[in-house]
Amino acid sequence: MAQTNNSELLKNPLNLQNPITVQVLGICSALAVTVKLEPAIVMAISVTVVTALANLIISLIRNTIPSRIRIIVQLMVVASLVILVDQVLKAFMYELDKALSVYIGLIITNCIVMGRLEAFALGNKPLPALLDGIGNGLGYGVILVLVALVRELFGTGQLFGCQVIPDWCYEHGYANCGFMLNPPMALILIGVVIWIQRAKFAELQEK
Amino acid sequence: MEALSIFIKSIFIDNMIFASFLGMCSYLAVSKTVKTSVGLGAAVIFVLLVTVPVNYLLENYILKANAFIEGVDLSFLSFIMFIAVIAAIVQLVEMVVEKFAPALYGQLGIFLPLIAVNCAIMGASLFMQQKEFPTIGHATVYALGAGIGWFIAIVLMAAIREKISYSNVPAPLKGVGIAFIVCGLMAIAFMSFMGIKL
Repeated sequence: MAQTNNSELLKNPLNLQNPITVQVLGICSALAVTVKLEPAIVMAISVTVVTALANLIISLIRNTIPSRIRIIVQLMVVASLVILVDQVLKAFMYELDKALSVYIGLIITNCIVMGRLEAFALGNKPLPALLDGIGNGLGYGVILVLVALVRELFGTGQLFGCQVIPDWCYEHGYANCGFMLNPPMALILIGVVIWIQRAKFAELQEK
Repeated sequence: MEALSIFIKSIFIDNMIFASFLGMCSYLAVSKTVKTSVGLGAAVIFVLLVTVPVNYLLENYILKANAFIEGVDLSFLSFIMFIAVIAAIVQLVEMVVEKFAPALYGQLGIFLPLIAVNCAIMGASLFMQQKEFPTIGHATVYALGAGIGWFIAIVLMAAIREKISYSNVPAPLKGVGIAFIVCGLMAIAFMSFMGIKL
């Protein structure tokens, strides 16, 4: 792991090591914020920032953390970063922060952050750790945006709140699939994403 | 009556897993056999019952605006306080259970420490903060309901997955893929509770 080059650290989590579909981490927030594209993108950016910075900080102090209390130390670092993100969102995007409600706070317990800290940052130098954090944040973001895209497009006919499906479609009997906006569809869509991905990359299939 | 309605609501209508997707990670990782999921479910109920009331007290007597020091609003600290309380209590619970109930400790095993980073625990505290319960009793009832809802969800899921392991699932869907879809279908079933007014 330590010898993989830096570009792979960024690229792997986008597909073959994707945190959501392959490592199955951080699903809670992935499902809840994907009704619309905008909160999904904000969430993806927040998670990327927190993962990257937490990875960097933990990697910088990794030699001084006693391993018995490392979970608490990690939680404190992550919680401080999440408070920063939350305050920034509250200051500049108050509406969106309300829409994301508890899920910003839940970045603290997002398994992607903790998982990468445990698996990578504790044993690697700061620069690779930073890249790994960015990569995993982006890998998470890709799935989030994909699911949100499908849900918003088919659920409301809009993207970013603008109508994209033209009126003549509705006049010819096209209807929005309101069911897309309900929570269960997020689960099923991620299931389908996993299905497509594993059908393409057979080495990911479980025995 | 109000407490009863919070209780039923938090089990079925606002089910942790199916309505707000909290604790999905351990939910999918652990729900392979019924026995382990009963253990984890019980541990979650237990930890929720301890952490939510403690965080309720913290929220109302220290963090809220003007609660601790006149004119000071500490609510921006709630994330870090909640998670510190949860991590500390999980440690404490682990030690107490190990000392006084070794049999239970053996059953819960590695799940107890993992619960500290279970989103359901943190989520319940954050929802408690958002819902602004009037008394600590309401908060405790909410915690119990949320825990039982999570317990039911994980045990049901484990039972289904035990059966699925005998059926012929398409190779790319095996494991996590089918678990997601099953969970989605169960969530559709739980949606039928949504219209109920209490």
